[in-house]
Parts: sequence; C-alpha cells; structure tokens
Amino acid sequence: MDAIGLWIGAFLTLGIISFLYKDNPWYKLSEAIFVGVSAGYWFITLFWDSIYSKFYIGITDKGDYYLIVGAILGFLMLLRLVPKIGWISRWPLSFIVGAISGFYLINYFSSNVMRQVANTVMPLFSTEYGQSLFTAPIGTIVANIIVAGGTFTGLVYFFFSKEHKGAFGVTARIGIWVIMITFGATFGYTVMSRMSLLIGRMDFIFGDWLGLIK
Amino acid sequence: MGFVCENVNFINGVIRPLLAVSVVFLFGFAGVVAQDAGEVDTVAVDSAAAIPPNVTPVMIKDLAVRDNPNDDGQAVRLNWHLSADDHEGGKVTSYRIMRATSLDGEYIEVGDVPAGNSSFIDNSTEDGTDYFYKIAAINSLKEDGRLIWSVMSESDPVGPVRSSAQWFDLQRINVFVGVIFVCSAILYFINRAKSGKALFIRKIAGLESVDEAVGRATEMGRKIFYIPGINDMDNVQTIAGVTILGRVAQLAAEYETWIEVPVCKSLVMITAKEIVKEAYAKVGRPDAFNDDQVHYLTDDQFGYAAAIDGMIVREKPATIFYMGAFFAESLIMAETGNASGAIQIAGTAMPSQLPFFVAACDYTLIGEELFAASAYLSREPRLLGSLKGQDVGKAVILIALIVGVVLESLNVFQFSRWFSVID
Repeated sequence: MDAIGLWIGAFLTLGIISFLYKDNPWYKLSEAIFVGVSAGYWFITLFWDSIYSKFYIGITDKGDYYLIVGAILGFLMLLRLVPKIGWISRWPLSFIVGAISGFYLINYFSSNVMRQVANTVMPLFSTEYGQSLFTAPIGTIVANIIVAGGTFTGLVYFFFSKEHKGAFGVTARIGIWVIMITFGATFGYTVMSRMSLLIGRMDFIFGDWLGLIK
Repeated sequence: MGFVCENVNFINGVIRPLLAVSVVFLFGFAGVVAQDAGEVDTVAVDSAAAIPPNVTPVMIKDLAVRDNPNDDGQAVRLNWHLSADDHEGGKVTSYRIMRATSLDGEYIEVGDVPAGNSSFIDNSTEDGTDYFYKIAAINSLKEDGRLIWSVMSESDPVGPVRSSAQWFDLQRINVFVGVIFVCSAILYFINRAKSGKALFIRKIAGLESVDEAVGRATEMGRKIFYIPGINDMDNVQTIAGVTILGRVAQLAAEYETWIEVPVCKSLVMITAKEIVKEAYAKVGRPDAFNDDQVHYLTDDQFGYAAAIDGMIVREKPATIFYMGAFFAESLIMAETGNASGAIQIAGTAMPSQLPFFVAACDYTLIGEELFAASAYLSREPRLLGSLKGQDVGKAVILIALIVGVVLESLNVFQFSRWFSVID
C-alpha cells in the first residue's frame, strides 16, 4: 500500500513540475487532483475541528453555551441559499469584519506603532540611554543612524497628504531606496528558504522514490 | 519551628532529620535561633553531614503584599528587601514563599526564587479570599543534586491580602491615548470631508494604473483576474483587498469586462460575491453579475497556487490583481502571470512577499498603500477622512522620532519610555 502511495506521490510531483515545460495534460490532471483532494481534505478538517471539536464537544461536554452565538451567525450565513431572505447573510459578515477590525486595531497599534517607535527612538552615539556620548563602537553608531534614519524616511514615503516635492520629496525618495534595499535583502533571504521546499521534493523523488539518496 | 524535609521518602523525611537534630544537639549549635521575631529552621538532611556553624541567613525585611495591579485577578504581588546576607558569596541561596489562609494557619509553599530576587507574583490565588504570606531566606548545600543540609529564617507573616481583577490595565494607558488621538483625528477629517472640504491625497502610481489595466482588458476582450490573497476575513489585508475589489469590479462592470475572483476561503468568497454584486448594481447593471464570477478553489495554499497558475496559462487574462495577504505562493502566481504577458498590479503588506511582487509585477502597492487604495480610488469622504486622520498620526510619529532621538542622544530624557508597551 505504501509503495502505491509512493508511486502516486512521485507521479503527481513530476506532473506538477512538468508545468516548467508548459501547460500539459499531465499537469492538468495533477492540478485537478491536488485541488480536489485538498478541498475535500480541508472540508473534513474544518468539519471535525470546528463543528465537532469546538462546537459540539464545547456545548455537550464543556457547557460552553456562548458558542451558540457563533453557530447562529454561521447558520445566518447559509441563508444566502434562500434568495428571498439571502440579505440576512450580510449580518454575520458585518459582525465578523467589524469585530475583527476593532479587535486588531489595538493589537496593530501596540505592535506596529508603539513598539516600533519605542525601538527606533534610541541614543545614536551610545549603546544605551544614560551613557556618555560617543561611547558606542563606530559600527553601532552607523547601525543606529541607519535604523533611525531609515524608519524616518520610510515613514515619510507613506505620508499621503503632501506631494513628494522639494526636501520632502528627497526624503521620501531616500525612504523608498531604504525600502528597496530592504526588499533586496529579504528577496535573497526568502529565496534561500524557498530552496528548502525544492530540496524536500527532490529528496522525495531521488530518496524515497528512486532510492538514489540514502 | 518545624523540620524542613526536602526529600520525601521515609528515610530522608523522618529518620535523617531525627539523626540530624541529634548531631546538631551533640555538637552544640542547635539551630533554633529566633531572629527579630522571625524563626529559624535548621536541618541536616544527610546525617553524616554536620551543619557548619554560623550559616543561618538573616531574614528578609519589609515584606509587602498587595493585589497584583492591572490584571484579570488571581494574582498577589510580594515585594521585600533582600536579606543582609544576600550578596556574592553570602549565606542566602534562595527564598521560599509560603502562604496560609489565616494568620496562624498552616503555611504551604507556593513558590521559590533564587537569591538576589526581591519580588514574586503568586498566580495561584482565588479572588476574594484572604491570604497571609511569609518568606524564608534559605541557605542550603547540595552535592550531586542531593540536599546535604538546609537552614532558613522565616519572616513574620504579613496579610491579609486579596486578589481581584481590574477593569483597566493602566500600564497600557499610552496605547489608549494614542488610539483616542488617532481616532479623534480620523473623525475630525471625516466630518471635514463630509462638509465638502477638498482633501488632498498625493498620486499613488500603482492605483493610477488601475483604470489603464481594466481598460487594457476591455480592449483585448480578455478577462480580469482578481486574487484577494490566501488569508481569511480575519486579516486586515484581506479586508483591504476586497474593498479595492469593489472599485475594480465597478470599473469592469462599466467597461463590460469579465472579472473573475478565485478565492481560497469560504468567508472571503461570500464577502467578495456581495461586493462584486453591489458593484454591478451601482453602475446599473445588476443583471450582468454572474454568481460564478466569484468562486472557491481550495483552502490549501499550494493547491490554490497550482489552480491559479493553470487558469492563467489557459484563460490568458489581460490583467491580474493580487491584493491581500500572500505567502510562499506569491512568486509562483506572479511569475506565471508575468510569463503570460498580463499586466499585473499587486498590493500586500507582507514584507517577505513584497520583493517578489516588485520583481514580477508592473505596479506594486507597498504596505500602507494597500490600505490607502480604497480611499484613493473611491474618493468617498469617510475613507478620505480616515486616510487623512492616519496621516496626522504619522506626522506626530515623525515629530516624536526626531524629538526622541535628539533627547536620548543628548541624555536629556528617555523618551522611548512613553512608547513602551508592557504585555
């Protein structure tokens, strides 16, 4: 049984990789199987994780009756199948979008604003506040200036109420350069991490399937 | 006074302490020494080991107990001044925290901290119950993990104290002030926009090209693909993505161009359907909307990417929008779209995926631009006011950065403290 699974896995992996040549029936078959199987897998996973484990067990075993609110909202979502009262399905949607926006407002404000500012506001010429000026190594001073300056100019780029002209425009241009350099570094870093996905597949084909890698 | 039995088995717990007391008595330094109304316990766990003279630590001072502030209850905070013997090479090895529900009740251990610590939070209390605490400064000797001897001096009990929950976490007052400030600015500018005052927003290149991209699809008689990312509606980027979808769908409806929205989350599908349907109704063409324009593929990340790739190469859309939260599938899709010759506009706030979109797409909305897009495209007063209000917040942050860095660099004031957030 394992051998059959192995051969099917290899067949589908090569089918997906064949897309590198061009779109072909093998890829189409692999894609259709991948999409169909994964959709089915997620349906079952969500059913057992949400409807059974969270809702049914939560109500019957743990007595978490507040879950009924979520179940009602979920049921209202299904009313869109009834054209005459389909508009009711907008209520749970509004609830979800509104509640999530409100909930994340505080989280994002804490992490993306307050902590960002707290970590950027730093003494440029010393390793920490209270130390004498120019006590930090030159490398630390340069790093501090890049972090503080990069954050400042980057933020100027995302200021929408003023045209990027004159000194403001120059600052914004420096900001987008800082952002692009960051992207360059991120690109290289992410490409390296993506290689692990390819290595994983190659390991499957040449190791598990063909047995060429021990 | 009571014996301290560190080992639970019978020999270590009963026989050895008895032997130890005998040894202590015989050698003439019985460890029953009361200090400052506190108590001292002495025990040699290993009968063969004699407790050296003068090893009993001085007990701690000024034990203070109070309800742990700014929490949801069930915690009591203890603070004390270290024992005079708590220093490098001193007689204190640790502090043991003990608790009872009455002054003369049985004190049970609720925790211990190494020497040098002068605070402890007891997270095992019940709200509304009175508790009394005392702390023992301990000096002990271990060899190979086995306790040889241990002496301790206990403080006077302190209490009662009750734990309780607080409505507000005052340590996060800076977040509250910041949110109120930004929200006030947003409300002010929304009112200003509603009253008819013109609000300026600079050009955003990626959004200027939306009309051009939709027009191109119309001229070529091909489809538009709109991909709202792979996250659910609990992600603000997805919310921003489907908001922009409204404007793009409206343009597509006006130009009578087919827009297709393949999604990977059921909630996103429902929301996107509503938005596209409304967009068609807005331009007076509700009959042109087809339910199949917005369709579900799969929840699986790479299954979704494989399906989108297949659709791109087979249906050859003229324009592809990627607006929302993307992960490892971003380059797989964007590169296929690029190879197919489609004009591509992307927008995301995922820092790790933006480089791929910048490399493979014609225009990219970077981070904040994605959130500004809906206001920019629709020019709706509420959204414009919101964007302006956020800009006020950014202006304040820019000023704070300059002022803060100068003050901290010159050692005038530790400005960053105002922005630190304690979890």
